[in-house]
Amino acid sequence: MSDMQPDLRELYQEVIFDHNRRPRNYHGMERPSHVAQGHNPLCGDELTVYLRVEEGIVAEASFVGQGCAISTASASLMTEAVQGKSVEEVRALFSDFHTMLTDVQPEGRDFGKLQVLAGVREFPVRVKCATLAWHTLHNALAGVSDTAKTE
Amino acid sequence: MSLSQAIPLAETTLELAGDFPILARPVRGKRLVYLDNGATTQKPVAVIQAESQFYEQSNANIHRGVHWLSQHATDLYEAGRATVRSFLNARHDDEIVFTRGTTESINLVAQSWGRANLKAGDEVLITAMEHHSNIVPWQMLCEQTGAVLKVAPIDDRGELLMDQYARLLGPRTRLVCVAHVSNALGTINPVEDIVREARRVGALVLVDGAQAVAHQSVDMQALDCDFYAFSAHKLYGPTGIGVLYGRRELLQAMPPWQGGGDMILTVSLDKSTYADAPQRFEAGTPNIAGVVGMAAGIDYVQSVGLDRIAAHERQLLDLATERISALPGVRLIGTAAQKAGILSFVIDGIHPHDLGTILDSEGVAIRAGHHCAMPIMTQFGIPGTARASFALYNGLEDVTALVEAVRKAQALFGSTEAS
Repeated sequence: MSDMQPDLRELYQEVIFDHNRRPRNYHGMERPSHVAQGHNPLCGDELTVYLRVEEGIVAEASFVGQGCAISTASASLMTEAVQGKSVEEVRALFSDFHTMLTDVQPEGRDFGKLQVLAGVREFPVRVKCATLAWHTLHNALAGVSDTAKTE
Repeated sequence: MSLSQAIPLAETTLELAGDFPILARPVRGKRLVYLDNGATTQKPVAVIQAESQFYEQSNANIHRGVHWLSQHATDLYEAGRATVRSFLNARHDDEIVFTRGTTESINLVAQSWGRANLKAGDEVLITAMEHHSNIVPWQMLCEQTGAVLKVAPIDDRGELLMDQYARLLGPRTRLVCVAHVSNALGTINPVEDIVREARRVGALVLVDGAQAVAHQSVDMQALDCDFYAFSAHKLYGPTGIGVLYGRRELLQAMPPWQGGGDMILTVSLDKSTYADAPQRFEAGTPNIAGVVGMAAGIDYVQSVGLDRIAAHERQLLDLATERISALPGVRLIGTAAQKAGILSFVIDGIHPHDLGTILDSEGVAIRAGHHCAMPIMTQFGIPGTARASFALYNGLEDVTALVEAVRKAQALFGSTEAS
């Protein structure tokens, strides 16, 4: 798309399309240690995040649900990013990720593949799409039974 | 020969975009292609000037001042009522109540007429294609009174199943509530038939006209409904002002809804007596400038002519329907035989929200989502749709821009698919 606007190209990168088409860790979990549901009532996005935390480390993360490309890709990338990290590291990552999407690029943080979602910052109405999975993960870790909402 | 070739360019534009200042501003560096008219319409110079002139020349509070300016403002406000009466072809000016909009009009009927008249076991019948504002007030009323909410189903084209509707009517049916035009599907409901059936069981009928009044002429005496609600802002007028039409004998018998100034005759600390309708339902200082602006919008629409507007939008809808459905992987949501200028669709592999963002980058403003009609989305098994909705200022070039932008979105999502 040669005539595509730069902001839009920044938002819809190849990695986003790839994870939207073939979401990673897209399945339920037999015996999760943590689980939570997320719902964005405005656009109808719904997902469930499953975690298996062992001795403070996220051993496995998965999700199922439906949503837009940004929401699905973000959930997929998140499940990859959090595996092997401690719960504390995951919380800090969410905080930095949120800052990257809504404010500025945090200094000294290497986001890896999650960096592709930085383009969302130019589309404020889409921030909730990119953060729904993370809010849901946050609730799962906190043991909150209410459905996570981004509204 | 395709339909697009069959329609000469000259007939697909009314050449009225120049009346709407906002259409001249670019969005994201592109020409604004405003196709979100179902959400709200843009305002012509006549409306914008009527509001500002009111504040510059006529502003005062109404119905109370002895001074000249107050009488002048009151005259303008009541002239607005007469304009609306004539627009709706209602019999009497006092059948027109000013509200904040369609939602408030419906809530007024639910809380005033409904609470005074419904008993446990009575039934309110709505349809499966209602906007949330014609569902939730009735759910609340049923919870308050013990009445039962019934729902008449729709088919896969988005048409009301009239035989099932008729079967759901019974001796306990007190009120039927139906959209004149569905905001999510574009279906025009056969209101005359709906009213006729309701009369057989003695039920009243409330019509949600929010999506109808800007797109076809409506006639209270011909429709013969009991209540009709609409908002000015979908009729080229200001936000925050709307109308409840109510049959005179019904309004006169209904208790007040909100209490306050302007709706009373006398007040003592023990008891108050209430003004007649419509003042009884207009407590507090109303949106006076809004009424003036709404009347200017109605004058504007009538100067263009609703029959012309309807024919024009029908052409745009037919053209857009043909061109959008010719694209691969498109499914239209709402294919009723009788439709107003609303085109709802979904595209394989592209979520409506993503589509909305990509179209926006092309300057094309559409609505993406559930359109405050979640039950419809559930019936069609989709999270939401992309919705293009037309107004009198749209033209062939807007349909072309819409189709081109959807093509770009498909190329964007599809080109990477192949890689």
